Amino acid sequence: MEATRPKQEAVLDADYDVEAVRAAFPALQQDLYDDQPLVYLDNAATTQKPQAVIDRLTGYYTRENANVHRGVHFLSQQASDAYEAVRERMADFIGAPEAGGRPAHEQIVYTRGTTEAINLVAATWGRAELQEGDEVLLSQMEHHSNIVPWQRICEETGAQIKIIPVTDRGELVFEAFEKRLSERTKLVAVTHVSNALGTINPVEEIVRAAHEAGAKVLVDGAQSVPHLPVDVEALGADFFCFSGHKMYGPTGIGVLYGRRRLLDAMPPYQGGGDMIDEVSFEDTTYAEVPHKFEAGTPNISSVIALGAAAAWLKEQGRPRVRRHEKALLEYATERVREIDDIRLVGTAREKASVLSFLLGDVHPYDAGTVLDRMGVAVRTGHHCAQPLMEHFSIPGTVRASLACYNDRSDVDRLVEGLRKVRRMFG
Amino acid sequence: MPATAESTIDARADDLIAEFSLFDGWMGRYEHLIDLGREIPEIAEAYKNDAHRIEGCQSKVWVRAEPGENGRLRLTGDSNAAITRGLVALLIRVLDDQPPEAVVTVELGFLGEIGMDEHLSPTRKNGLHAMVRQIKERAAALA
Repeated sequence: MEATRPKQEAVLDADYDVEAVRAAFPALQQDLYDDQPLVYLDNAATTQKPQAVIDRLTGYYTRENANVHRGVHFLSQQASDAYEAVRERMADFIGAPEAGGRPAHEQIVYTRGTTEAINLVAATWGRAELQEGDEVLLSQMEHHSNIVPWQRICEETGAQIKIIPVTDRGELVFEAFEKRLSERTKLVAVTHVSNALGTINPVEEIVRAAHEAGAKVLVDGAQSVPHLPVDVEALGADFFCFSGHKMYGPTGIGVLYGRRRLLDAMPPYQGGGDMIDEVSFEDTTYAEVPHKFEAGTPNISSVIALGAAAAWLKEQGRPRVRRHEKALLEYATERVREIDDIRLVGTAREKASVLSFLLGDVHPYDAGTVLDRMGVAVRTGHHCAQPLMEHFSIPGTVRASLACYNDRSDVDRLVEGLRKVRRMFG
Repeated sequence: MPATAESTIDARADDLIAEFSLFDGWMGRYEHLIDLGREIPEIAEAYKNDAHRIEGCQSKVWVRAEPGENGRLRLTGDSNAAITRGLVALLIRVLDDQPPEAVVTVELGFLGEIGMDEHLSPTRKNGLHAMVRQIKERAAALA
């Protein structure tokens, strides 16, 4: 059977050509298990890559490969320029402001991903700033990567973790948040968009309240950057972290944005080459930000391809992508609700990308396995958010997560698959 | 068709291959797998503990391998997911009431022949790989 995709019955947004967007992704043009056209709905885990990103990655290795910052030769200079130019692009991509007369891009630190970015802040800022009696405020809907680094540093420093609870809809209880804020609160670490529920948190208001209490705010932007136009200056975040691979870029690369004066005051993260100013056995002085946080040869190829991903996404028009995905999520929510015994997990008023649910008594693993056999890729399990699953008293969910290239036919295939799941396990 | 002590692991695997060959598509095979899972007896709640729990699965899986009659392996198990329970049933069909020495060295190539090869990867979150490892370790201790 040929892979056939029905034409879109109704265009969600006349302004947005989803067919053209989709055509840019070679991985989406394939059949699984011989005859099942791929329906990729695991975008919160990682997105597929457009040809432009793949070409940039292979182009770099084909013609441009060289180590950065040290060579006097042509290729090294060219690679260094390309590598540093992406910093400016990423600063622009998240609206990083200039600081103290210094350019915005000096506040862009390359990391392996969101997880490393959070670990970096915990290990440097956290170790220097936290002490006994201090509190770190986290939400109940955090990904494990925004919980465990804080647990570790709190154990070390004697600081304590406090939790902002969530409602049954999966929204933060703002009053409870305000109540837990005090002069003891040194940091509020909160996700912009929940990876398990899709809830968009009111980060601006959180930042405002936290700053009034004298606390800093770290925002996990892994799930927001691919789906929403993000402006860290408007959000007011002190730290903002995200990953390349969830925004159509390569794996192994991410960004930490931090306010200049915080970054300047933070001790280095790892030691090695590239992060130093001068080294002797008696004394070593460190490089300026952002390089003092980037020890060793960095992931040059992925940085350069991340720049291509940001450019590609910007070209699609991020507000347009948001409108398309929002309309599609509404359509998906309506269609999935038609199925008997469906229980949506996470029904916040403001959501992005994610549809998490349970189907009667069917174990998510069973549902995921049958959907997979039909070519529909979803995620099942606790989504690295066990405290949140505990709040809902469930072991996990089935999670479909949308991206810019998904359309109604993908949702229809999901619904068709879920009906089959019901028949098989009902 | 209840397994008998006389039938070897290979003979029982061949039975399963013949049984699954009656189904053309993946859906029929999966439905049969789920049915096989429904037929195995539930293990006692007392055995649904960490000692019998298989790590690395999205669902809960318990496998109990104990000495049975004539020194043979007595294998029981359960899962809260239907497909995983079906995989447990396949292992029981082939490995229950077999000499531990035969279980220690068993190869499970038949899973590929019945169209369940996608479950064989050690990185797959169904724990089949871990189940087989635990059964083999237990068999080695009893052999």
